[in-house]
Amino acid sequence: MATSQAEFTIGLQCKLCGKIYPKSPVNFCTDDFGPLEVVYDYPAIRANVSRAQIEARPRTMWRYRELLPLDGEPTVGPQVGGTPLIRADRLAKELGVSKLWIKNDAVNFPTLSFKDRVVSVALSKAREFGFKTVGCASTGNLANSVAANAAQAGLEAYVFVPSDLERAKILNTSVYGAKVIAVHGTYDEVNRLCTQVAFKFNWGFVNINLRPFYAEGSKTMGFEIAEDLGWRFPQHVIAPMAGGSLIGKIHKSFEELYKVGLVNEAPRTKMYGAQATGCNPITDAVKTGRDRHKPVRKPNTICKSLAIGDPADGYFSKNLIHTTGGWADDVTDDEIVEGMLLLARTEGIFAETAGGVTIAVARKLLAENRLPRDEEIVLCITGNGLKTQDALEDAVEKPALIKPSLDAFLEVFSGGDMGLAKSYGPAVLV
Amino acid sequence: MSVTVEIPSPMRDLTDGQTRVAAEGATVAAVLADVVTRYPGLRAKLYDGDKLRHYINILVNDEDVRYLDDLDTVVNDGVVVALIPAVAGG
Ligand SMILES: Cc1ncc(COP(=O)(O)O)c(C=O)c1O
Ligand SMILES: [Zn+2]
Repeated sequence: MATSQAEFTIGLQCKLCGKIYPKSPVNFCTDDFGPLEVVYDYPAIRANVSRAQIEARPRTMWRYRELLPLDGEPTVGPQVGGTPLIRADRLAKELGVSKLWIKNDAVNFPTLSFKDRVVSVALSKAREFGFKTVGCASTGNLANSVAANAAQAGLEAYVFVPSDLERAKILNTSVYGAKVIAVHGTYDEVNRLCTQVAFKFNWGFVNINLRPFYAEGSKTMGFEIAEDLGWRFPQHVIAPMAGGSLIGKIHKSFEELYKVGLVNEAPRTKMYGAQATGCNPITDAVKTGRDRHKPVRKPNTICKSLAIGDPADGYFSKNLIHTTGGWADDVTDDEIVEGMLLLARTEGIFAETAGGVTIAVARKLLAENRLPRDEEIVLCITGNGLKTQDALEDAVEKPALIKPSLDAFLEVFSGGDMGLAKSYGPAVLV
Repeated sequence: MSVTVEIPSPMRDLTDGQTRVAAEGATVAAVLADVVTRYPGLRAKLYDGDKLRHYINILVNDEDVRYLDDLDTVVNDGVVVALIPAVAGG
């Protein structure tokens, strides 16, 4: 019986043909170029985990370490994860549903998106493999996370991004001392360039040669959702999609909790995917039933974090959505902004544009009767609104600018509730 | 039409080490069919039964055929058809 962390991970397996590869920084099958995925020894893990043991550990993503692909202790991002799952009653009322939760990775540590989960696994693994330099192709959040976590780990980082990214996303990368390369082109062009760089230089690219390990980190969002619901699964989960990895890993996390005996009932969760209409290759494939997604050559949306025109996991996420009985849809830029405002004004959560996508798609799915109103729904909020403030420039009211006098205030105060002040009697404070 | 097909490194042991091979055909589909007739070992890499594998991208003069007419894309004399493993991602 295996008992050490290293023995829980068997190797990598091709998702198309099943061929097994040893644990190494490779990401595709040499027979059919299919993507590789980490395989675990579930019976061994089952014999070595319990709810009590996990609950006794610190509230970070590493409390599920037996189901993550490291050989030793995490050395990068030991405090990532453990974000709140909140009951969102005010938003539920607005949407007309009865049981709604928000998994809030807008406050994930350290860089305020779920990407810290994938990066802490990828960079811990990069160190196990002995890489000194790491890199990524990114739509922004991954860039922030690789830069910050590499700084903490003392690794050199090269971060490639499309040059039209939000200012804040670029600044939030450079500040950590990473070398930022802004490429004239779309994410897909950046990605193709990085693949060439990764083959030429012996660097650990988190979403290229380290991708099988990296992607596993997203499962922890699902582990936390299930644990916080009392070790059970919600009926519906809505997640934003870019490359299409996160949505698949959340579902995989539920299957694994069942396989290793931490949850007794098999998951029947329906998975729903959300994209922006200006870059909707996966939702389009779901809605039209086409087998291969049609790539979007020039994404055009305020939601730059999800602007991947040729998603690596498009095929698998589309299949997952169909097989679980979920659905997918996309929303316009105006709807995205409305979604951001709705979430902020009902739950006090300032999510980035991808969060606006998720909220607006939830509303659309409800309107289309694709999602029932009386069952348990979890919405995945994956990034922070402070990074995409440009999107709200025209959507929020400018502050009233007044002189420091009560008269000036009364002039702009348009007769709302005066609250407690009345009970002090006539103008006692003036 | 006579075209040149670029073979990626993980497939070159099936084309006697050649990086570029010649092929004939009026469309991308016809060109690929001709290539696998000339180099039968490539068939299993490119096709799963009758269907082209999901993780191979095909570029005609640097343009991904999914932005054109996919496998029905018409090819002219002298174009370069490149086969590229779609290995990276978001
Ligand atoms: C905020 C945010 N949410 C969701 C995603 C989607 O993740 P995936 O590429 O795994 O589909 C991204 C990816 O870049 C992101 O930045
Ligand atoms: Zn394979």
